[in-house]
Amino acid sequence: MTEMRYIDDVVTLELDVSRCNGCTQCTLVCPHGVFRMRDKRAAVVDRNRCMECGACSRNCAQGAISLEPGVGCAAAIINGWLTGSEPSCDC
Amino acid sequence: MSECCGPSQPCCGGTPALEYEYGPEPYVDGTVDTFAGPVKRVTTELSSEDRLGALRVRLAIARNDYRVRPALYAIGAPDDTSPVLVTGNYKLTFDTLRGELGGRDVWLLVIDSRGVNVWCAAGKGVFSTAEVVRGIRDARLEQTVSHTRVVLPQLGATGVAAHEVRAATGFSAVWGPVRAGDLPAFLDAGMKATPAMRRVHFELKDRARLVGVEASVLWSRRSVIAIGVLVAAAFILPRLTSLSGEIWLLTMAVGVLAVLAGAVVMPLLLPWLPGRTFALKGAIAGALLLAVLLAVTVGAPLELWAWGLLSVGTALASFVGMNFTGSSTYTSPSGVEWEMRRAIPLQIAAASVGFALFVVSLVMGQVG
Repeated sequence: MTEMRYIDDVVTLELDVSRCNGCTQCTLVCPHGVFRMRDKRAAVVDRNRCMECGACSRNCAQGAISLEPGVGCAAAIINGWLTGSEPSCDC
Repeated sequence: MSECCGPSQPCCGGTPALEYEYGPEPYVDGTVDTFAGPVKRVTTELSSEDRLGALRVRLAIARNDYRVRPALYAIGAPDDTSPVLVTGNYKLTFDTLRGELGGRDVWLLVIDSRGVNVWCAAGKGVFSTAEVVRGIRDARLEQTVSHTRVVLPQLGATGVAAHEVRAATGFSAVWGPVRAGDLPAFLDAGMKATPAMRRVHFELKDRARLVGVEASVLWSRRSVIAIGVLVAAAFILPRLTSLSGEIWLLTMAVGVLAVLAGAVVMPLLLPWLPGRTFALKGAIAGALLLAVLLAVTVGAPLELWAWGLLSVGTALASFVGMNFTGSSTYTSPSGVEWEMRRAIPLQIAAASVGFALFVVSLVMGQVG
């Protein structure tokens, strides 16, 4: 079955290719195949599949990847709105 | 009410780690001697007790208290050259892993993830670089094995930075596959995962299992009280108003069906319902089911008050469906916020208009 897609053009993922040293970590940790190696550098090949889990940015020793990580969870966001803090699950 | 992470697993910590009392360890069937001292060996055969425990957790009975003592464990007869697999201490994960590793000689380094599955624990910063470093040090891994490689679970990458683990312990990390079932193939291939092993899916069976978890979460004390109040209302309200008991019953049936549409039907039919947003998918599932219910019970064409019920129910199904984002494995927080900012005003409007239609019809004596 083909993978389901979520909403396009909303995620905060940014890759600064000039800082990439070609370690390939982002291509290994991403659970949705967002990255691929191109000319020994990482490239974002499917940005809209990003779920902003933050695995890539945490494992980029060069700091080439930036994003606002979090859980894509309505209850968490409502909690964040209500408490005025970071979104988190009520548990 | 909603689960915040991947398939079928709770995301809450429960009892703090230091106070947690680990029970007996029936899965330990011996010890393996190492330079760092004896290491408990665990069986790869799952007992009926293990299976019963898994069922118990899935049904949300004491689901936050299903932990394994964080430590190094031996599977088979590992020696200093055997691979080291790192995982969290949620017992379902531990059981799944050892069940997949029958006939192999490996070390299993169980990190204290507070009894939470690896993905959720990593997202919450509990399965973290610091905990992995601590686990490697506490187990004195450098005295147990002669190599400097550990296999970290790929879904732990949200919380663990491999380069920081290496800097702190000297152990370099290889990312293991997403699914435990792929571990044998991964190990046989010389610790190489195929691209398919690195992808998270959201298959019908994953969603079905999650629906079960959601249902068991709903089945909390709060829900029982809510249902009790509704049932009592069904008996009391008809006596206070001119409305027939059947209408109140129908109103409640609309509520229950709307929740089922959003929490059960929508998740199961997820890929086939139109739209990308969960709010729209939930609304469509709700509107279709409720239209059928109303047409069958009060007959088509619907009267104004029935349209009101349909509108309120659709809004409710949409809201409940939107909450399933937390259980899905592909929604981004930016996307969820994007859909909530658009859907919630519509849900409130639909519910208000529907409620107004119903009340106005009721006042004018047109209901029933």
